Amino acid sequence: MTAIVNQGPVRPRSPLSRLWRWMRSDVRAVLAIGYLTMLVIVSLFAPVIAPYSPLEQNVANLLLPPDTHYWLGTDDLGRDVLSRLIWGAPNSLYASLLAVSVAIALGVPIGLIIGFVGGWFDEVASRFIDALLSFPPIVLAIAVTGALGIGLTNAMLSVGFVFAPFLARLVRAQTLTVKNALYVDAARGFGASTTHIIIKHIVPNAIQPVIVQVTLMLAIALLAEASLSFLSLGVQPPAASWGGMLARAYNYIEIALAQMYAPGFAILLTALAFNALGESMRVALDPTMKRR
Amino acid sequence: MHRLPFLIGRRLWQLVPIIVFATFVVFLLLHLVPGDPAVTLAGDYASKERIAEIRQIYGFDKPLIVQYGVWLGHTVTGDFGKSLLSSAPVLDLIKQRLPNTILIATYALLIAGAIGIPLGVLAATRVGSRVDTFVTSIASLGVALPSFWLAILLVANFSLIFHWFPATGARPITVDPRLAILHATLPAVALAVGVIAELARQVRSALIEVLSSQYYRTLRAKGLSPIAMLWKHGLRNVSVTMLTILGLQVNRLFSGAVVIEAVFAVPGAGQLVAYSAINKDFPVVQGVVLVLVVIVILINLTVDVLSALLDPRAAQA
Repeated sequence: MTAIVNQGPVRPRSPLSRLWRWMRSDVRAVLAIGYLTMLVIVSLFAPVIAPYSPLEQNVANLLLPPDTHYWLGTDDLGRDVLSRLIWGAPNSLYASLLAVSVAIALGVPIGLIIGFVGGWFDEVASRFIDALLSFPPIVLAIAVTGALGIGLTNAMLSVGFVFAPFLARLVRAQTLTVKNALYVDAARGFGASTTHIIIKHIVPNAIQPVIVQVTLMLAIALLAEASLSFLSLGVQPPAASWGGMLARAYNYIEIALAQMYAPGFAILLTALAFNALGESMRVALDPTMKRR
Repeated sequence: MHRLPFLIGRRLWQLVPIIVFATFVVFLLLHLVPGDPAVTLAGDYASKERIAEIRQIYGFDKPLIVQYGVWLGHTVTGDFGKSLLSSAPVLDLIKQRLPNTILIATYALLIAGAIGIPLGVLAATRVGSRVDTFVTSIASLGVALPSFWLAILLVANFSLIFHWFPATGARPITVDPRLAILHATLPAVALAVGVIAELARQVRSALIEVLSSQYYRTLRAKGLSPIAMLWKHGLRNVSVTMLTILGLQVNRLFSGAVVIEAVFAVPGAGQLVAYSAINKDFPVVQGVVLVLVVIVILINLTVDVLSALLDPRAAQA
């Protein structure tokens, strides 16, 4: 037994060094988490960070280009663009989280039930999910928002409702796979209850793809919020939102083009960060997938 | 090919429950509105008699399932009701608006297919190379890019600065095709970018899977390059996957069209549905949503049938 090659000292790595190794191996995720953390801080402390009030109008300073007082200029009502950008962050985060929470609250239990019950119930429910997935998502979200009444919360409830069937389908498929696995049969043979099987076996196995999907959904929800606010179905004026800022600025595009950049980049960066996080989680959680 | 009618028949039969559920969802939209649907449909300042009349026509005092039947009966015969705002028949409004949306969406799909698919193929045949990294990075950017922002930037540059394309509006393609295409170009490009990104990603990962199969490993062992393998043996295998991926983009195109049409002031179906939703014109909202979902379902059916023609294995599924 002397042939065992000594591969250097094997000592348990400290949590700090493990963190460091992970950070070096996945720079994209680190950047995304860093950016999102910054966004959360900005959202929480918007009243302190914003240099001016996001709502205060100033007719003497309409559509100013960026200068030392107004770093990003002012809008058509003389409001500070930077302050509105900062106040737009909590709205966007709230919107994304709300939509995705609704999707989870509806989609996950429905998917579990469909997958677990199976049989003709699965047939019927799956056709219903197929029908829901045939609708163009934003169009259906707009229709539902119109029915519930326009405004950010209703708009995001609608987006969440539209997302739910995607999660339900995913969870159903996972449930079906796990339900018929041998070890679940074994557990049933030992007299495990349905609740026990769902909580101890199905949920832990179904949760990984759901986490990935949900993170990616945050980006889609953010873009949906921006779109709906751009169409004035989401955040209502005078409250600040990135999509709404673009809609206003678009009216003055010929005289104040510079105003188009900041809100657009804010939306793009945030969506990129959510997507990057989702992709990194997909790689981290899936042992069969190596750096795709 | 005598199996084909049988195949189409079976697919049509499978569509029945989906159509029933989809129309039911559209029907339910009106019932999501808080309050009495008859009052909603009668519009503002309606008399008591008018409300009672509407309640009678749509059977709002009867059970929900009966109401659905009545509504479906009207809809199937082409009676989509009247706009609460303009009192024009909803079907006429849709007929006016839909061609503009179809033009932009088709144009965008052509652009996206012509760019997105080759990008995906290029990346998949050179996994891990710089080309691959470039394509995947561009695709990540494209997926996260808000299409209406891109649309605005396109207007700013190509309409207002270079004057290459008109900034707003649409022209019917039947009257002046050249002008219609010119008007549709910027909206189509704005709409296409997200689809290009999505196509490149999905084609890439689908191809990687195909190229790593045993069959291709054998070909590889015979000394064929990935591109040659694709040309000589692979495209037929991959075409079904690509067709499916393309078909799935229609939903994305219609969703994007709503916002893009707003930016370019295109009088299309998307703009109609957004405007009607804001102004609580529910018969129009229901009509547009219904027509769009039926188009999506029919396209899915076409994709299914074509896939079965291209790949006999898919016919068995």
